[in-house]
Amino acid sequence: MAKTNEQRDLFSGALELMVLHSLRLKPMHGYALVKHIQQVSGELLQIEEGSLYPALQRMLREGLLDSEAGVSAKGRPTRIYRLTAAGLRRLEDERSSFDKMFAGITRVLSTAQA
Amino acid sequence: MSWFTSLFQRKRRYDDLSVSIQEHIHERVDELMQEGMTRQDAEREARRAFGNVALIEERGREAWQWVAFESLLRDLTLVFRRLRKTPGFAITVLLTLAIGIGANTAVFSVVNGILLKPLPYPDSDRLVALWLDAPGAGGLANFMNGLQLSTSMYLTFSDHNRSFEAMGIWNRNTANVTGLAEPEQVRTILVSGGVLEALDVPAAAGRWFSATDQDPHSTKTVMLSYGYWQRHFGGDRSVIGRTIQVDSQSREIVGVMPRGFRVEDRDFDLILPLQLDRAKQILAGFGWFGIGRLKPGVSIAQADSDIKSLIGVWMDSWSNGPGTNPHYYKIWRITPNFRSLKKQVIGNIGNVLWVVMATVGLVMLIACTNVANLLLVRAEARHQELSVRAALGASRGRIIRELMIESVTLGMMGGVLGVFVAYAGLRLLVQIGPVDLPRLSELSLDGWSLLFTFLLSVFSGVLFGAIPAIKYAWSKHALMMGGATRTTSAGRPRQRMRNLLVVAQVAMALVLLVCALLMIRTFAALRNVEPGFSDPAHVQLVSISIPDLLVPDQVAVMHLQNSIADKIAGIPGVTSVGFASAVPMDGDDPNWDELAVDGKVYESGEPPLRLFNYVSPGYFRAMGTRLVAGRDFSWSDLYALHPVVIVSENFARDSWGSAAAAIGKSVHQFSKSPRLEVVGVVEDVRQHGVDEKAPMIIYWPAMITNPYTRTPTIYGVRGVTFTIRSNRAGMENFLTQVQQAVWSVNGSLPLAGIQTMDDLTSQAMARTSFTLVMLSIAGSMALLLGIIGIYGIISYAVSQRTREIGIRLALGARKRELRWMFVRSALVLTATGVVFGLAAAIALTRLMKTLLFEVSPTDPVTYVTIPLILTIAAMAASYLPARRAASIDPVEALRAE
Repeated sequence: MAKTNEQRDLFSGALELMVLHSLRLKPMHGYALVKHIQQVSGELLQIEEGSLYPALQRMLREGLLDSEAGVSAKGRPTRIYRLTAAGLRRLEDERSSFDKMFAGITRVLSTAQA
Repeated sequence: MSWFTSLFQRKRRYDDLSVSIQEHIHERVDELMQEGMTRQDAEREARRAFGNVALIEERGREAWQWVAFESLLRDLTLVFRRLRKTPGFAITVLLTLAIGIGANTAVFSVVNGILLKPLPYPDSDRLVALWLDAPGAGGLANFMNGLQLSTSMYLTFSDHNRSFEAMGIWNRNTANVTGLAEPEQVRTILVSGGVLEALDVPAAAGRWFSATDQDPHSTKTVMLSYGYWQRHFGGDRSVIGRTIQVDSQSREIVGVMPRGFRVEDRDFDLILPLQLDRAKQILAGFGWFGIGRLKPGVSIAQADSDIKSLIGVWMDSWSNGPGTNPHYYKIWRITPNFRSLKKQVIGNIGNVLWVVMATVGLVMLIACTNVANLLLVRAEARHQELSVRAALGASRGRIIRELMIESVTLGMMGGVLGVFVAYAGLRLLVQIGPVDLPRLSELSLDGWSLLFTFLLSVFSGVLFGAIPAIKYAWSKHALMMGGATRTTSAGRPRQRMRNLLVVAQVAMALVLLVCALLMIRTFAALRNVEPGFSDPAHVQLVSISIPDLLVPDQVAVMHLQNSIADKIAGIPGVTSVGFASAVPMDGDDPNWDELAVDGKVYESGEPPLRLFNYVSPGYFRAMGTRLVAGRDFSWSDLYALHPVVIVSENFARDSWGSAAAAIGKSVHQFSKSPRLEVVGVVEDVRQHGVDEKAPMIIYWPAMITNPYTRTPTIYGVRGVTFTIRSNRAGMENFLTQVQQAVWSVNGSLPLAGIQTMDDLTSQAMARTSFTLVMLSIAGSMALLLGIIGIYGIISYAVSQRTREIGIRLALGARKRELRWMFVRSALVLTATGVVFGLAAAIALTRLMKTLLFEVSPTDPVTYVTIPLILTIAAMAASYLPARRAASIDPVEALRAE
């Protein structure tokens, strides 16, 4: 999967945010998560498998996620990740701080243009 | 959650992770196949896109671990497993490191204990030693450290100064303590008020001397050292208030100083109050150590200028007696030259210690190069393994980290063993170290030493680990896989690093060997010096002093000393006996004063000061000091107070041209004092050590008319060293006989300073021999490590080139040529090392200049011998493997592949 210029790697906080948000919609397994984010972002965001799995483990450890045995769409055994209450709180916190950050960045950029 | 369940939990997490990842890849493969790829292509593409599965799993697992620690633990387990498999390698490396690190730690402890640690007094950086300069005093250059204080100076300075919290003067002496057990001569320290206050160490029991104790008319008091208190009173606190007999004077014990307390590094048994009588002090008598505690914030320079302004006050306030000019000392141009107490205590030992530290540091570097070399061989042997691991996905950083962990682990293990070596080494060092090493009692392996060991272990681990690691990082894995087969000879780049190490080793070994040989030649030169006495091993020394209160009359003292000498002369095996105020190299100068040659005009108007010694008849014969002209003193010279002196040969030549011309000439001390006749000339004596020029010495009879009093009185020496020539010197039963001889004359006279003249000269040379021993050990270690290095590299080259050698032999190469080929390559390396080493040695040995005696830092003999030795050693080290190469059977060699 060669990356084009439009496809951007995610910085670490952003990956966590995407994962939390996606899992809020419904519990998913790893591959589904990758697909989901790619599709929803209109192929603009590209998730590195290399960072996804370590990130999932970190979030499991922090108690933001829970995992359980399940099967994939193709019927293969896998692990399904779901958001915990702590994960939900974290998502909301992160979200508001991201909103503030983006608002800030947008303001700065627009003054620069003027 | 317990640790145990968390382990199981973790196992489940790891499995979950693998399952997730496996499913991920399968799903991706399915998807790609749906897009029309073959299974094979799809699988390859899916895996490529996912990346290094093992690595990602590992990173995922790390979320559950105490990451750094656990992966370190895993690497460590591997390191230990590998070391167990190659015990020869492990033992060689660990021993090398243990010795290297141990030696460094030991020497560092010494450097730290002596040079770096503050003195054991509170706020010791505010303590200063009060020394003066007197550039205008002719002949004073003989006082190497400068001018000391007189009692009147102390009184003026302590009354008027504005810089010191407390200041005082002190001196060391001996005293006879009687009435406890056997009479014993003990070391005393005489202190004025202000000394204990300046040092500011509280008494362990009782109290310091008070102002009343310092009053000459009050009762006599004494303080004990901790050691004396333990030895004689078992640490009993009720000794305070008890009375002991010191020089036949009753003194009340008022206090005990704590363990380890010393006055300016001087150990002692008793402290006595000086009890200065102001009414009796004069200007002169510059023989007192001064010590002061600066007020906070006052610098030494400020104190210097403060006291400088008081020199005039001092001359106005005191005199040397009626009719003398109190401002005479203006021509001496006295100025304070205060220095920190620490500088005073350390003296010039710093020089020796830094040389020794540099030496063992260099040995450590050589040891590190050897270990690096071994690790390189090991890394090369592991090329295949490392290449395979790299191909399987181990990142380069991961492998370099592993190599570094291995070497740092080796370094740390070496360090742990090194601590034991250092502990043993330090004890040895204290044993063989120079007795005049200051602060010897304070040496220990403390936290700083351990920190040093730790840092050195890590540093050396990184140092010798970095070389293979860097080399690994530079090489290309693919090349390693292909190129590292055994069928080709080693490529040049592989050998280059190892060659470089050997060159460095040879260069460093050369520097050390040059230093060692320079010290050996210095030692030989010192041994060859004519010290002015002969056969010191057969000269027994015994010090006896007779206190005022025991025998008040000077003539009676003389008779007593005379009969002791006669009794000793009667002991079987004694060929001659005499006594003197001071013997060569005992560190004691009995007196320094003017002596004018009649009729001679002195440039400065004043004759220079000369060293005076007071001797008995027979002293020169017993000491083996040759009489060059004239005669020795006779007992009648002493009893009849004849105005006669004996002078040293250099004084005779300087004054009258030759020794013979001196006989019958006359000299005098002051213009009004009687003329003295020179009756004898003796050879020059190196009074202050073999490495110092022999001073001009005036020998007086041991009893004379006192030149310092207006009305004629008799001056005689009460503390003398008996000099006994006998081939039984130093033997136990001989000493018992000497003791009986003394006690048969007077039973309350203790014997002290029992040693042979040889002991004394060895002590005087202790620093040189200490440096010599250290450098020789270091030099031979360096030579040995260098030989091992050369041997190692040549035999490795031989083993790597077996096939090539086989081909050469098969094609008709001569065995001799083959041998020469290997020996030559060793010689090229050695020669390169020698060139660099010579350059470094010439630069570095200049720093040793003060340690050398009659040997130039660029001594040609040394600079020819050492390269020669190294070259021969290199030839020998390379010849063995070269011979093995030549004896290879070509058929075997080729078949072996």
